[in-house]
Amino acid sequence: MIRKLFKNFFLLTALLSAGTSFSQEKEKPEYSAEIEVDNLYFFEEGLYGGQHRNYLSFSITPDVFIEWKDGKQSLKVTGFLRVDQFDKNRTHTDIRELYWQTVSDNWELSIGVKKIFWGVTESVHLVDIINQTDYVESFDGEQKLGQTMVHWSYMANFGTFDIFYLPYFRKAQFPGEQGRLRTPFLLKRDEIDIDPKSKEFYPSYAGRWSHYAGVFDFGVSYFHGIGREPIFQNLDDLTNFSISYPIIDQTGLDIQATTGPILWKFETVIRKSAVQDLTAFAGGIEYTFGNIKNSGLDIGIVAEYLYDDRGKYAWSGLNNDLFSGVRFAFNDISDTQFLIGGIVDLSRSTKLFSVEGSRRLGESWKGTIESRLLKTVSDEEFTYFLRGDSFLKFSLSKFL
Amino acid sequence: MKNVKNIIGLVLFGLTSSSFAQRGLEIAKSAIDYDEGFESSTVKLTMILTNRQGQESKRFMRNRTLELMEDGDKSLIVFDSPKDVAGTATLTYTHKTSPDDQWLYLPALKRVKRISSDNKSGPFMGSEFAFEDLSSQEVEKYTYKFIKEETINGVSALVVERDPEDAKSGYTRQVVWYNKDNYRLEKIDFYDRRNSLLKTLTYSKYKVFHDKHWRAGEMTMTNHQTGKKTKLIFEGYAFKTGLDDADFSQNSLRRAGN
Repeated sequence: MIRKLFKNFFLLTALLSAGTSFSQEKEKPEYSAEIEVDNLYFFEEGLYGGQHRNYLSFSITPDVFIEWKDGKQSLKVTGFLRVDQFDKNRTHTDIRELYWQTVSDNWELSIGVKKIFWGVTESVHLVDIINQTDYVESFDGEQKLGQTMVHWSYMANFGTFDIFYLPYFRKAQFPGEQGRLRTPFLLKRDEIDIDPKSKEFYPSYAGRWSHYAGVFDFGVSYFHGIGREPIFQNLDDLTNFSISYPIIDQTGLDIQATTGPILWKFETVIRKSAVQDLTAFAGGIEYTFGNIKNSGLDIGIVAEYLYDDRGKYAWSGLNNDLFSGVRFAFNDISDTQFLIGGIVDLSRSTKLFSVEGSRRLGESWKGTIESRLLKTVSDEEFTYFLRGDSFLKFSLSKFL
Repeated sequence: MKNVKNIIGLVLFGLTSSSFAQRGLEIAKSAIDYDEGFESSTVKLTMILTNRQGQESKRFMRNRTLELMEDGDKSLIVFDSPKDVAGTATLTYTHKTSPDDQWLYLPALKRVKRISSDNKSGPFMGSEFAFEDLSSQEVEKYTYKFIKEETINGVSALVVERDPEDAKSGYTRQVVWYNKDNYRLEKIDFYDRRNSLLKTLTYSKYKVFHDKHWRAGEMTMTNHQTGKKTKLIFEGYAFKTGLDDADFSQNSLRRAGN
């Protein structure tokens, strides 16, 4: 396993250096890397066999960027390697980005592996659908796997049009037997099928029109292809449920209005598939009290309402929930910041509290703290499987 | 009779104060007019932050600016260091009278976020510069009052007081020293909301480009209340670079930060 991992990583290193020789008389390539060590501690013993209380892990994220022809062409490569003390599935490599890009006056074309983000809300990312989530990497789903694509972006004076051809689908990886934050049964990546039966080489397509006018920024998006989230059927019966990736059609809308210190945010998706339909939305505000008493401190209050109509055992437990949080940004030389928040289910008993904080140490180090506390988790939602997995994580990163 | 005298006095006072206001405004306009026609510019910046104990910390940035006549300028700043935020970039469309439009690019998430430009008085990157100190200087953002002529740094200067129009500004007033010959800025004193001297900005190592665009090689902001200091060093200025609107789009913002 580890050997395969390093083989992949060496392959990536070879790609990185190939990229370098590509540049020749062109402008100098820029190299950078982040090396991180983290310690993940769970407050309670695991509910399922083989789990541990404390996990040490290490990751490296190397990056190369080269541009030539006055920046009209470029190559970007970002690799990723994680080695986890116990969880074999969390030990993984990925090519986060590996794409060539050419730019003209009003359009740009990218071919390769890339990451795309859509949306405006803070607590969920409903419209964001291009990349598969790296479930073993992050609790909040903000880490993504690289996605192979041809991406064409055209800028008109009535907005930006993005068109995506996504030839290859990536199945999600879930924690292994010794990992935490998992279901009692193991979700095995290669055993979850696409329904109707298909290979990962199934082309998906997506398009987005985004624009801004005065205080408004908005985007309208459409996706057809393999849904990134697997769907459970019959999860009431743990011995006879099924799980698969459906072919979906999803329409999304995201809007933000920026009025003085208040940001108004709204996202919605309508998803259709043969086995399950979905309507979900998230909306709320972010109010920032800037530079309080001339100390440089900004305090931001975020409140968002989250709705999802899938009901019991949907992939998301955010069916009728309220997120609220307070963000502290000290704007000091160390860029110290904290986000304290909670998601409260308005129709079930589940509560999730979280603290995230970070601070730069010296010129090129950074310390991060993250804690998630799950309380009175309802047995009517997917999160119930994770009810014993409240954790505290420290990480230390060095930037090269 | 006494009343008549008072009225004459008031009228005279009114006339002179309005003529001082007029002269102040003319100087501010002349400064903008003098610099008009640079079209676009690019420059590399080094920011040196010094704390009260004299410890230094360095930041590197790149800036590009597009000159607009009817509206405020557009600008894009990319942060190359500290390394944990390298690639973070901001795009600002300055407006003469309405609030600026501003977007932030976060490279780790590949996310472009429209942000509030409301918090003008807050510190830029933990420095002694506030966001409003670095934003495009549009005439409409202040009211003016000419004070006097005096010699500073061996040059004769026009001293003008300007009061921010925006109630969200961190200042009650600023006192600006304009070079009498070419209207370049020599020094600015910033007075906080309680009207006490907060900061002084001094401009040095001026160079002239295309015979009329004066740019300081160094700008030093000293905070008198905290004893902290921030120096900005500008290198590699280029003007009339051929940049256009497309270089100040959200796609350009993403590309600038990778």
